[in-house]
Amino acid sequence: MTYNFTVSPDFNPSYLSGWFIFNTWLQRQTGEAIHLDLYDDFDLQRQAIAEDKFDLIYANPYDASVLVREKDFVPIACPAGKSDEAVIVVAADSDINTVEDLPVGLRIAATKDPDVNMMCMIMLEPADLDRNNTTTQHRDTYVLLAKDLIRGEADVGFFLEETYNKLSRIVKSQLKPLVQSQIQVINHVLLLGPALQHRQSEIQQALLDMATTPVGQSLLESLSFTAWAKVEPEDTEFMIDLMDTLET
Amino acid sequence: MDDMQHIDIVGDYSEVVMQYFDGSRRRVLVTNNETPMPDGRLIVSRTDPEGIITHVNDSFVDMSGFNRDELIGQPHYILRHPDMPAIAFKGLWQTLLEEGKKWHGYVKNLRKDGGFYWVYATVIANVRNNQVVGFTSVRRKPSRRKVEEAEALYKIL
Repeated sequence: MTYNFTVSPDFNPSYLSGWFIFNTWLQRQTGEAIHLDLYDDFDLQRQAIAEDKFDLIYANPYDASVLVREKDFVPIACPAGKSDEAVIVVAADSDINTVEDLPVGLRIAATKDPDVNMMCMIMLEPADLDRNNTTTQHRDTYVLLAKDLIRGEADVGFFLEETYNKLSRIVKSQLKPLVQSQIQVINHVLLLGPALQHRQSEIQQALLDMATTPVGQSLLESLSFTAWAKVEPEDTEFMIDLMDTLET
Repeated sequence: MDDMQHIDIVGDYSEVVMQYFDGSRRRVLVTNNETPMPDGRLIVSRTDPEGIITHVNDSFVDMSGFNRDELIGQPHYILRHPDMPAIAFKGLWQTLLEEGKKWHGYVKNLRKDGGFYWVYATVIANVRNNQVVGFTSVRRKPSRRKVEEAEALYKIL
């Protein structure tokens, strides 16, 4: 039997090869055939999740809540010391310097990353802005958001902080961060679907041991992780409750 | 819960004795010093079913002025400011427990130093195996306009 693995489309493209190497390592550890299927489109991946195509998912917090509560997935690990944060960015030469400067009719450029968009919309609330008095243009990648801002085709862009920080120096020199979230308790998580849960303890232990070997450390670096940390189901339930409080 | 201490207060203050829903009383010392909620921050806390704090994030600690150890194990109403009318919280338990919905509200919170900070609060019940095992509260920065509206409303309640 071949199992299927996917990764939330908000991963940084520079870690693409890292995920394939991780999948090869995972197959060696488990002795199972695991096919990695990557998406750059949130809607297409969500459709595949709805059709129960995956057994292992590195999910963003929003999708994790659906997978745990509706699809019986079990969280097993998350990147140690990492939390998901979002940043609202404007062009470097923009007159906007604080959230309160943002006008009604604001033009937003955003991907379809649900967590980032939710966090950034919350950060607009102090300016009395919401979906009803702003317009949003969706782009497939964060690089395209940066282009929209630089060309003056959007007033603000919604970025995953980690992805913004990885933009090239030339691109970042034409942008400025306006406000960054400090939520501290939301993160991506690796989840096992029902078909793989009979291997849960072995897979979890292999992940936790990764940082203890030079090979494992090198592999983690290729994903920009320092280690995997154990996740208990209640940790994820807490995060899901928190996401529920934030949804409008 | 212990009375607030003069030594903790920054600036001129007035003294109020508050009575809580469980019948307990506490002397609180309040100033007019507002600490603005920083952009991008979310204050997160969790309580047990009786409203006793079991978890706070760093933003909660920073904004409240208390140490983490001073918060864990205390009733959540340690943050209750005397300017908040009881009626503002009246629908909270009904919304959470009877209707199973989220509760939202604009809230003026009391700091350890007697000052205050305004938040937009959301509370949700943590349900596990059909049992309420606690509550999660997330507070975020409100707009100034919403704060002024809430302030005006609470004065007449």
